[in-house]
Amino acid sequence: MRKILLGAAAALLASTGMSMANDSVMSGTKNPNGWVIQTGDYANTRHSTLSQINRDNVGDLQVAWSFSTGVLRGHEGSPLVVGDTMYVHTPFPNIVYALDLNNYGAIKWKYEPKQDPDVIPVMCCDTVNRGLAFANGMVFLHQADTTVVALDAKSGQVRWSVVNGDPSKGETNTATVLPVKDKVIVGISGGEFGVQSHVTAYNIETGERVWRAYSMGPDDQILMDPKKTTHLGKPVGKDSGLNTWEGDQWKIGGGATWGWYSYDPDADLFYYGTGNPSTWNPAQRPGDNRWSMTIMARDPDDGMAKWVYQMTPHDEWDYDGINEMILTDQEIDGKMRKLLTHFDRNGFGYTLDRITGELLVAEKYDPAVNWATHVEMDKSSDQYGRPQVVSKYSTEQNGEDVNTTGVCPAALGTKDQQPAAYSPRTELFYVPTNHVCMDYEPFRVSYTAGQPYVGATLSMYPAPNSHGGMGNFIAWDGKKGEIVWSIPEQFSVWSGALSTDGDVVFYGTLEGFLKAVDAKTGEELYKFKTPSGIIGNVMTYAHDGKQYVAVLSGVGGWAGIGLAAGLTNPNDGLGAVGGYAALSNYTALGGQLTVFKLPD
Amino acid sequence: MSFSFFRFGVAAAFLLATLGAAHADNITVAYEDGGKYFTEDDIPTFQIDEDGTVDWPTYSGFRRYHSECHVCHGPEGEGSSYAPALKKSAIEMDYYAFVDVVVNGRKKVDASHNSVMPAFGDNPNVMCYLNDIYVYLKARGMDAVARGRPRKKEPKSDQIREEENACLGF
Repeated sequence: MRKILLGAAAALLASTGMSMANDSVMSGTKNPNGWVIQTGDYANTRHSTLSQINRDNVGDLQVAWSFSTGVLRGHEGSPLVVGDTMYVHTPFPNIVYALDLNNYGAIKWKYEPKQDPDVIPVMCCDTVNRGLAFANGMVFLHQADTTVVALDAKSGQVRWSVVNGDPSKGETNTATVLPVKDKVIVGISGGEFGVQSHVTAYNIETGERVWRAYSMGPDDQILMDPKKTTHLGKPVGKDSGLNTWEGDQWKIGGGATWGWYSYDPDADLFYYGTGNPSTWNPAQRPGDNRWSMTIMARDPDDGMAKWVYQMTPHDEWDYDGINEMILTDQEIDGKMRKLLTHFDRNGFGYTLDRITGELLVAEKYDPAVNWATHVEMDKSSDQYGRPQVVSKYSTEQNGEDVNTTGVCPAALGTKDQQPAAYSPRTELFYVPTNHVCMDYEPFRVSYTAGQPYVGATLSMYPAPNSHGGMGNFIAWDGKKGEIVWSIPEQFSVWSGALSTDGDVVFYGTLEGFLKAVDAKTGEELYKFKTPSGIIGNVMTYAHDGKQYVAVLSGVGGWAGIGLAAGLTNPNDGLGAVGGYAALSNYTALGGQLTVFKLPD
Repeated sequence: MSFSFFRFGVAAAFLLATLGAAHADNITVAYEDGGKYFTEDDIPTFQIDEDGTVDWPTYSGFRRYHSECHVCHGPEGEGSSYAPALKKSAIEMDYYAFVDVVVNGRKKVDASHNSVMPAFGDNPNVMCYLNDIYVYLKARGMDAVARGRPRKKEPKSDQIREEENACLGF
């Protein structure tokens, strides 16, 4: 417990304005007993140094206690643990529970915001929320209706709250927040509603807005310096967020920021990705549509971008770039490099130098990926860094009102937001993936504020000529860009992974299994069927000297919408229609936390 | 933006309600009008030939459903963990009640429900294709079209094209 007390002291210091990075988060994430931010640490590794539960004994795991959240919708994210308290969040209405770890999760306090239910239908694809963050003695909740709330961690009292967006224009939130230095950094959803999306920093003690950086627009809105901000080593130039759009389309340009955020305290840069440009009909928005589909490296003090990399210029498939950016220090060609690894929806696993933004590796992390042959790595080519699109799978080249078939991956990506883990012991990334392809037909749509602005029809089906399942759980070597092992799954793996010093990797499945596998070989060591499908992220903590593993069940999200009825392949013969597994035959709604331990 | 096509629908609804007309058969085609099919009570319905060729509105409904409705209600009207199966609603609900829910929305919010259907009344991408979506879902509910993309379709008639452009304001 000593480390936790130190953490509290650091938090006190931070509140007097002395902090660098965020001392409370830094010390909290160094203490393996707790889990203070959703991503486990600033580097987003989702790796714990706890090793009491290990490869040899994980097979003995049993349920320690469980807790019903009282909410039925899709449960993403994970609980937090700070000292003797666990903080559990729910989807809309975004209840927060503080649970007493000394008393089987008895409720210390509960916070339930009042939100207008009109926000529900403007949340594309379920009312999920990816969880809380703890810093400086406060628990931060970013509600569905975009209200950011700072709760006193001890009492649950509201210290401050601020409204970040307008749900009547389709602006909502599903993401967690990043506490960094004296700020809380938050994103926004609404890519399917034509929102000109942004990232915003609020003062951590007062909630006062400090800066806002849009994904597209004039330089003073996107917070880029035409000379100093670089894209693949070259200055982005003036008005890069305007002159890559036609007319005023950028004003409804999307580029939502609903994913994960990481931070490098040495470089003093934070990293995140932007989502799809609006609409899904590429013909309505000529140009590269910068800076949608982009990895951003920004300064947390003023929001200015140091470097950017647009992975999918002029998106034609809804391959949002919002997935987590995992920061590692690894040796490449005999030199230690500060790396950023990102598994994009577009099916490429990217490794970049996180200081300079130099592109080092871009390889497919599912062999089914077919929309591009490769990403051009030749620095002298005018195509450098660009995916080389296969004409047959280009919904732009095939045109409006034409059904482009057999595109892999589907719009939900080879991976969606479900975060991967990285173990420094194996130097492998553990990645939950989708193995799903699609037909995509774009057509013309009109924009109405607050109404869906989609403009494409799609149908999705398991990757053809494969194992018939819709997911894989893989181990990935980020330096070489190679799959080391791959576990086929019947459904997409929609749960965030956890790796530990016990050389065990945990993940959940849509049927509801919590699984533990060997970090080196992928061999299954344990599984337990929880009450509902898992789209939450596995976390671990220790209390009174004992290690626990916890996960939220509660099927929903895009997975619950897309897969509930099962998928059909319209290109198969009629006999095969309905032949694929329907998730609704395996699981039903219901939010529950399950906590595991070894036998006493 | 013109919703003339839709206004006609509302006027028709009013007229029918006034006359108190009620016909049990909500499916069988009584007549065709420029590529669109209707029951005896002037309710839009689907027309599927023996070789599987679907009428244009049913095909259009397949496309529009999977753009506007699918992200909540799941593929092909089958329902999801988030929202109900509309292929059933289209059969079980009266046409005018169905239209009313799409135009004005509906809320079911209590201890065990958090269901909110938004109002699409000012969304031309939905309103201009409401009858198409309706007949597609009715065809799904009757198992008259299989899951997946309808393979054969009647061509888009000039009348449908004109009405679509007028509705969208193109």
